[in-house]
Amino acid sequence: MTSTAVEHETLSTAQAINRALRDALAEDPTVLVLGEDVGALGGVFRVTDGLTAEFGEDRCFDTPLAEAGIAGFAVGLAMNGMRPVIEMQFDAFAYPAFEQVVSHIAKMRNRTRGRVELPLVIRVPYAGGVGGVEHHSDSSEAYYAHTPGLHVVAPSNPADAYLLLREAIASPDPVVFLEPKKLYWAKGEVAFRAGAEPGIGRAVVRRPGTDATLIAYGPSVPVALEAADAAARDGRSLQVVDVRSIVPFDDATVCAAVESTGRAVVVAEASGFASVASEIAARVSERCFHSLAAPVRRVTGFDIPYPPPKLEHLQLPSVDRILDAVDDLQWEDA
Amino acid sequence: MAIDVDLMLPSPEPVALLDPDGRPTAGDDDALPPADDLLRGLAGMVTARRFNEQSSVLVRQGRLAVYPSSYGQEACQVAAAQVLGDEDWLFPTYRDTAAAVARGVDPVEVLGLLKGDWHSGYDPYERRVAPLATPLATQLPHAVGVAHAARLRGESTVVLAMCGDGATSEGDFHEALNFAAVFRAPVVFFVQNNQYAISVPLARQSAAPSLAHKGVGYGVPGELVDGNDLAALLHVLSGAVARARAGAGPQLVEGRTYRMQAHTNADDATRYRSDAEVAAWAAKDPLLRLDAYLRAAGVLDDSRAAAHADDAERLARHTRDGLNVDVVPDPEDLFRHVYSRPTPQLVEQLALVKDELSRDEPGRDETSQEETR
Repeated sequence: MTSTAVEHETLSTAQAINRALRDALAEDPTVLVLGEDVGALGGVFRVTDGLTAEFGEDRCFDTPLAEAGIAGFAVGLAMNGMRPVIEMQFDAFAYPAFEQVVSHIAKMRNRTRGRVELPLVIRVPYAGGVGGVEHHSDSSEAYYAHTPGLHVVAPSNPADAYLLLREAIASPDPVVFLEPKKLYWAKGEVAFRAGAEPGIGRAVVRRPGTDATLIAYGPSVPVALEAADAAARDGRSLQVVDVRSIVPFDDATVCAAVESTGRAVVVAEASGFASVASEIAARVSERCFHSLAAPVRRVTGFDIPYPPPKLEHLQLPSVDRILDAVDDLQWEDA
Repeated sequence: MAIDVDLMLPSPEPVALLDPDGRPTAGDDDALPPADDLLRGLAGMVTARRFNEQSSVLVRQGRLAVYPSSYGQEACQVAAAQVLGDEDWLFPTYRDTAAAVARGVDPVEVLGLLKGDWHSGYDPYERRVAPLATPLATQLPHAVGVAHAARLRGESTVVLAMCGDGATSEGDFHEALNFAAVFRAPVVFFVQNNQYAISVPLARQSAAPSLAHKGVGYGVPGELVDGNDLAALLHVLSGAVARARAGAGPQLVEGRTYRMQAHTNADDATRYRSDAEVAAWAAKDPLLRLDAYLRAAGVLDDSRAAAHADDAERLARHTRDGLNVDVVPDPEDLFRHVYSRPTPQLVEQLALVKDELSRDEPGRDETSQEETR
């Protein structure tokens, strides 16, 4: 990487991911992009738009429609000197690949005592809020986060999407890269900088605040920020932490944030039972207990299969549900 | 493009060059691989059988947790390794330890998985042998990826991927053949049909005319071969390897053989198959038939056979000696290789384990402390 001046551009999240793939393909001849419809079509969300035209069929290509095959094929590519970036077309369509992900991708380094590393990225358009029909809106992060050997990241804005994906592709470890579908079209300033601060393993305080801390990731971050705006109008100062990297989890940043306010609400779209939100709540409770003025609350999806489009608004954490949870944080005892 | 489906189908009967008594099926030696190759193959099979016997003994002695034996399948084991060059890759299953040994991996390291010190005992890059695959067929798409990566770089590598009859029912078998065909990947899929998946017979796995017939649905030529005839296996597999290397794409080879012993020491084969069936297959033993042929051809004599036995004994002794060494696993290894760098959470958890160990066994903590990164 060169130390040229920082370059900025306003891009949507989908464009930022496209740019990250393009830059990685251009810089490293071992990077390959593959999956269903990623070639001529440019992906169903156009995330891989133009890559085959620019880099050729050997570098960005369509595969047969078989997720286990794609994941297993990528294992072999990575074993033999390549850095594959595979696309699982939708969250719920990635499940056929689960055995490859859990039994091989996550374990190869460990079972071979570090002799075989798998530098591969599994891109998963995930979560809801886009009116998708059945099997198009799952929040599947807990399955991956529960599996030792995988890194799991979820950007909440275009800048992080670019930064985290570049880092994921460069990582010697497999990374599950969760792309919030709802944010594909959200625009933001993206910096293409060399030597940027690492994002994997680092949470970020998105908004300062003094009364309580909202902890969110991926598609829930904009909702948490909206809730903080609304609370500010009512005279309550809410801090917002963007987890960004689910695995490795940044206990230090999250705990420091919670200790500074003494109250915490975890916000996530996935069903709450046995979820990443539960893990975060447990970690915060264990580590920050003496700083807490109230039990840690969770605002999550309900424990139901993801609803049809006309009812999905009830499943997604809303500003109102977040503010209600904040109101419940035993303010009278403060 | 016109496709001649007939050319993709296997022969109705398995290709056999030597009959069970060691006589050339064609009546003469012309169709057989060179005598040197056959002699090398026989030596390999003698070693493989001794390795199978030794490993089973090591299970009874408690030195191995379990051993899925390839006793009776030595021709398949040895041929799979013998047809490959140094630049090629072998993808074995848990039952293919003898093939990994035949490819030159240290037998002590090959048995690491089954001994219980660690999951994979050898460096896969050293001899280009992938880790022994325990889940069925999941290694087959890996093999296709390794082959495709080599092809993208313009290398002439061929990958030989092994699996059993049961594994052909798994989805990954289907997806791997399909990917290999679509990408014309240089992979030879070698199915050892040993008739049983633990207790379930072939008839419950597949209604296909043969497992080799499964290739045609993917556009992969299939070949059916007598899996107890080393000469036929060398002929068919080396042909498939050569065609893959030349760019003709993948091939599916079914070697028809028999698992002479139980699935593992934990299995009781008498519950699902008859003594008469086992005895019938014993008469088709791959070692006896090649031995008989090579003696009749004047290539093998007693002194050469004794030299083979000596080599096999040497390897068995090395295996025994290596397995009798008590390796004390390093608890720190539990955390060391999960990621390229341990996460903060793993660092904390390792500290907990070390603290626990230091209380259990005073003095132990200091030695592992030095290795902390």
